[in-house]
Amino acid sequence: MIEAHGLTKRYGDKLAVDDLSFTVRPGTVTGFLGPNGAGKSTTMRMILGLDAPTSGSVTVNGKPYREHTAPLHEVGALLEARAVHTGRSAYNHLLALAQTSGIPRRRVGEVIEIVGLQDVARKRAGAFSLGMGQRLGIATALLGNPQTLVLDEPVNGLDPEGIRWIRELLKSLADQGRTVFVSSHLMSEMAQTAEHLIVVGRGRLIADTSVEQFIADASGNVVRVRTPAPDAMRSLLAGPDVVITDVDGALHVTGLSSDQIGTAAAGAGLTLLELAPQQASLEQAFMDLTHDSVEYEGVTSTAGPGEQQ
Amino acid sequence: MTATVTGSAPAQKVTQARVIHSEWTKLRSLRSSLFSLLVAVVFIIGFGILLPAVIAANWPPRNPADRAGFDPTSASLAGVFLAQLAIGVLGVLFITGEYATGMIRATFAAVPRRLPVLWAKAVVFAVVSLVVTVPATLIAFLIGQSLLSSKGIATDLAAPGVLRAVLGTALYLTLVGLLGLGLGALLRNTAATLSTLFGVLLVLPVIVLFLPGGWSRTVGRYLPSNAGQALTTVRPDPHALAPWTGFGLLCLYTAVVLVPAAFALRRRDS
Repeated sequence: MIEAHGLTKRYGDKLAVDDLSFTVRPGTVTGFLGPNGAGKSTTMRMILGLDAPTSGSVTVNGKPYREHTAPLHEVGALLEARAVHTGRSAYNHLLALAQTSGIPRRRVGEVIEIVGLQDVARKRAGAFSLGMGQRLGIATALLGNPQTLVLDEPVNGLDPEGIRWIRELLKSLADQGRTVFVSSHLMSEMAQTAEHLIVVGRGRLIADTSVEQFIADASGNVVRVRTPAPDAMRSLLAGPDVVITDVDGALHVTGLSSDQIGTAAAGAGLTLLELAPQQASLEQAFMDLTHDSVEYEGVTSTAGPGEQQ
Repeated sequence: MTATVTGSAPAQKVTQARVIHSEWTKLRSLRSSLFSLLVAVVFIIGFGILLPAVIAANWPPRNPADRAGFDPTSASLAGVFLAQLAIGVLGVLFITGEYATGMIRATFAAVPRRLPVLWAKAVVFAVVSLVVTVPATLIAFLIGQSLLSSKGIATDLAAPGVLRAVLGTALYLTLVGLLGLGLGALLRNTAATLSTLFGVLLVLPVIVLFLPGGWSRTVGRYLPSNAGQALTTVRPDPHALAPWTGFGLLCLYTAVVLVPAAFALRRRDS
């Protein structure tokens, strides 16, 4: 369980985290989502007591992280920037960290096997690929068999097989009743891994909701209808709460379900070439949500002449 | 997967002894630390052979003053000048290496109270340094004296001040490394720390030499390097501090760096 209350971090005159309050509950994977620069890593460093909040507080399993006497048992962390000495082998890196908490040597061997680094454990961590570095970071997080996991962008640099592996790992950890808090800037990734979402932008809380709810809100119940007789279809479907727009030679209907549209079309004897409920792209929904809070925005000129975004 | 993730033995409390164990693992598992120690030993013993051999081959010197002023102990311990570079680098890298690589975040996540890390590093460094430099200075001394004895100009450990100077050389080197460790904890940057440490130890004494008149001697003796090296010579410079006074002052300087370093370590974001 992670609880943040009015968590605020100021660097000079820049607010990196602005009055953030949220609770991360055990037993589910909670995604921490936001564009780059939204304050995710800063928040995670504050959870781990690495950065001190300017104001507000955050506790892990009921206490500020620094007050835990066996911190590796409470929280396992993977931090975004690699936190490994490049000259040391993966094995010795894990061993040195394990020794601070009296974790036995055999646990070091165990976590190396869990993440599949047996073959390279004695090699210098500096020679690791990004994906191997992530696996070592996850091994570090699992070392103390912690109740709570805080992972900053764990899928960065992993290949598809590695991404699937980490998804399953996170879900199994949550199923064991642990608290799993994972940050990402990719909505699609979170939709497949997390059950709950905490969305931030420019350090502020934008949404604290379940993934299901987020998707439902994002979709907006649009149905795509293609027919050889669009004008007849328009007048058939017209109603007070119905909005119909032309998109690529098809009609996008809001306010009616696909069932209602299909039944009405059959009744009127109109041919349907396509009848498809649209799920708005999650990525688009996420971008709409955080649009106003993107820190660094590039300008893309994909719009054709006369078109406006 | 469930079984393996859950795995064995939970973490126990973080204690100072456990953090010392961890820091020992860190020190011994880096090739760079072993290399620094090896270089220090090569300097200490190498010059302990080289300088006495050259002196014995050219004995007696033409100038009678050189003969009268000859100190066989310091001739066999001349390697300290270069060995302090290697030991100093080791002390600095022991902490700045963690800042440079980001390891410090993993370290502080494991030991969130942080101060046990600094104390553990100091203890591990001091013990390792002494375990390496005490035998090295003794070996350098014994080989050096056996080379000088062919000309009848050797001394031995029983002579007044000699054992103190030999062991004092090891103590001086260790304090140089601890000073580097403290500066590293304060500055957190390898290049800045190395230039500060060697600026203070090597460059400052040279600058002080250019001070006018008696100022050079008055100020010079209080510099960390000159103060600490008072312990390493049998026949001290008449302007130098007394051996243990000088060494005490070097210890004080080191403490003066370590205390604010400890405060900064606890307070700063990492």
